[in-house]
This record gives sequence, structure tokens and C-alpha cells, in this order.
Amino acid sequence: MKRNWWKLLAVLLLLYVLVAAFITPLVPGGLSIDIDEIHRGEQRITLTGYNTHFQEENSNLQCFVGVESEYLPVQNVAVQDNQHVSFVVNWPDTLPSSAIAFYVNDIKDGSVYISTALKNKDIAIITHHALKVTVKPQVSSDDHQQWGFPFQPILFETIRNLMLHVPMWFSMFFLMTIGFVASIRTLLGNHKQDDLAIAAVKVGLLFCILGLITGSLWARFTWLTWWTKDPQLNGALSVFIVYVAYLLLRNGIDDEIKKARISAVFNIFAFILMVILLMVWPRISQDSLHPGKSGNPAFSKYDLDSSLRIVFYPAVLGWILLSYWIFQLQLRYEKLKKHDLE
Amino acid sequence: MTLNKLILLFIFSLTFVGEAMAQANSLENTFFESGKIKVVIGVAVIIFSGISFYLYRLDRKITRLEKEIKNEKN
Repeated sequence: MKRNWWKLLAVLLLLYVLVAAFITPLVPGGLSIDIDEIHRGEQRITLTGYNTHFQEENSNLQCFVGVESEYLPVQNVAVQDNQHVSFVVNWPDTLPSSAIAFYVNDIKDGSVYISTALKNKDIAIITHHALKVTVKPQVSSDDHQQWGFPFQPILFETIRNLMLHVPMWFSMFFLMTIGFVASIRTLLGNHKQDDLAIAAVKVGLLFCILGLITGSLWARFTWLTWWTKDPQLNGALSVFIVYVAYLLLRNGIDDEIKKARISAVFNIFAFILMVILLMVWPRISQDSLHPGKSGNPAFSKYDLDSSLRIVFYPAVLGWILLSYWIFQLQLRYEKLKKHDLE
Repeated sequence: MTLNKLILLFIFSLTFVGEAMAQANSLENTFFESGKIKVVIGVAVIIFSGISFYLYRLDRKITRLEKEIKNEKN
């Protein structure tokens, strides 16, 4: 048991991660509004919230419409239930911008808003201040934040995938690094290290496949496509193909020493290619859909808030430990295959 | 089976495929409901079954090796 403490740690961490990832609620947020164009005069708008408490907070509700830094008041606020509130906006003849945000503030939910670019049917857009009415919202959102995962537009509940999809790639990187070091040591003369390399690449590929499939499923319901020409996606697929080529190459060589040395060279280049394709290239190309990938490092403070961090970091550690565990099983198999037991 | 029957069977299976595709389509749409939580469940299922399948395969390969080694000893 003393030598296997990390396996227990892996199980406990992943147990905590799975429970926390699924039971932590999302903070309240704005799901949708029921109009797609605005016209001069009065218009009734229904805002649909998520995890909101409109009914309970009925007396504290403050609805308003934000256009740039101006605020339009609304009339006839009618709460239907905890998720639905409707109000009438009296649109003026001119607006400073077509970027319009709808806010519903209350004490329990903070500020629930939907920002959108609506089509304007017969309203003139001018660039300078045109709104005569300016109402400052009185309920500040920052003081009333509930505990929970952040509510992100489009993502909604799928923000929980951060604990499942992302650590797959961390695990793959971890295993491929083991393989990389083992391959260097193979070239330096320790041919037994080749077992480590092959085991690491095999298990690394498992996590690569899982990352690709889960990413594709996630993309289908957020980016609305199974696959896009995101540099991160195509890079990951290229890395997958290169490592499959590594396995095929090994099968083609019979002589054990030759196999170890040639595949070690291949593996070193494959690892360098992986670092370039997955870490460097998406940052240079600047058009990755992955948050934090273009330009700033992935751990920017804007992407992860504290509620995500206390689950995400254990998740990364837990999945890496699990991948290392599977790697050790694979390694024992590789050694057994050569009857190479110490 | 006559040709007619085969054609009938083919057409019948086509409608079945169409029905299955329509069902898949409506199933796909349910993934957008309730905050897209089904996507997370789908991801968890993929990871769990992927790792389980890998371990099952590894288990079988090790069993095969064990048998080989046993046979060599005999």
C-alpha cells in the first residue's frame, strides 16, 4: 500500500472531481430573449433566465436596456415565473449603437443580462449620444454573486466539460513527455527504455482519441459543427496521425535494437512536432476558438474563476495520475511480452 | 425469395433508416435542452467507456501472454 498511495489519491481526486463537477450549480444567467429585430415605439420583450429567481425576487426586480453606456427604462414589468420576465421597451427614433443588452437585476441573482446585436427596422443609428433618458441601475451585480460555475453564453452547462475534456490533453502531454524522455535515453544506449516509450505512446494515444472525440461532441453543440478548421483541432489530429505512424513504423521493423533506435528518433521528432502544433502554433495563428489559446496563456485569470479552479486543478492531477496508472499496466504488458522480467 | 420481395424489403428498410435518422435528429436536438447538460453526460460516458474498453483489451492481451508463458514452461 505504501508504494501505491498515489493510486488511492487518483481515485479520491477523480471521485471528488466527478461529484463536484456535476453538483456545483451554474450561477444565474440570461438564456435568451424572444425578439430578433426592434422597431420604433413600444415592444414587449420576454427574457428567459437560467437558474434565476424572478418570481421570488419579484419586488426587487429592476429591468432596463443598455445601449453602449446609456440605459433605457422599461415599463410594465411582468414576471411569469422564476425563469421568465417580460417588459415593454419604448424605443426612441435614434440609438447610438445596435449592440443592445437587456438586464434584469435582483438581489438574489445579481445582474442577469443578454447582450445581443439586434436588427433595427426603422430606427436610425447614430454614433453620438442620442438617448435622452439615462437611468443608472441601482442593484450592483458584484456584491450578490452566488457560488457556482460561471454562466457563459453558448456554453451554459457544458462549462463542466472543463473537468473532463481538458485534462485528457494534459494527460496526453504528460505521457508523451515520459515517452520523449525514454526515447532520448534509448538513443543514449539504454535500450530497455524503449518499453517505456511504446507504453507511454499507446496510453497517450488513448487519451488523445478521448480528447478528440469529446472535443468534437462539445463543438457540435457549442460551435454547431463536429469539426472546424481551428488550428488546435487540426493540430491535435495531426499529432494523432503522427503517433499512429509511430506505432506502424515499429511494427515494420523486426530487429529489436534497430526498432528501439529508429522509433526513438521518430518519437523525439513526434514530440517536438506535438509541442509546436498544440502549444506554439495555435498562439501564433491568433484565430483559435479555444479560450485563452490565441495570444494569452491558457491559465489567464479571465478564463478560470475560483469556483472552476478548485475543481479543475484536482481534475488535472487526478486524470494525470490515472493515465500514469494505465501507463504502468501497459508497461508491465510490454515487458512481459519480451519475457524481460527483472 | 423473389426479386419483388427483395425490392419491397429494400424499400421497407429505407423507410426504417429514414425513421431512425429522424429519430437521431430529434435526439440531437434534445442535447440543446436544459442548458446542454446532456453534452457533459455524453462526454463523461465517452471517457468512461473509452478507458474501460482500453483496460478490457489490455486485460485480454495479458491473459493471452500468461497462457503463452505457461505453455512454454510445460
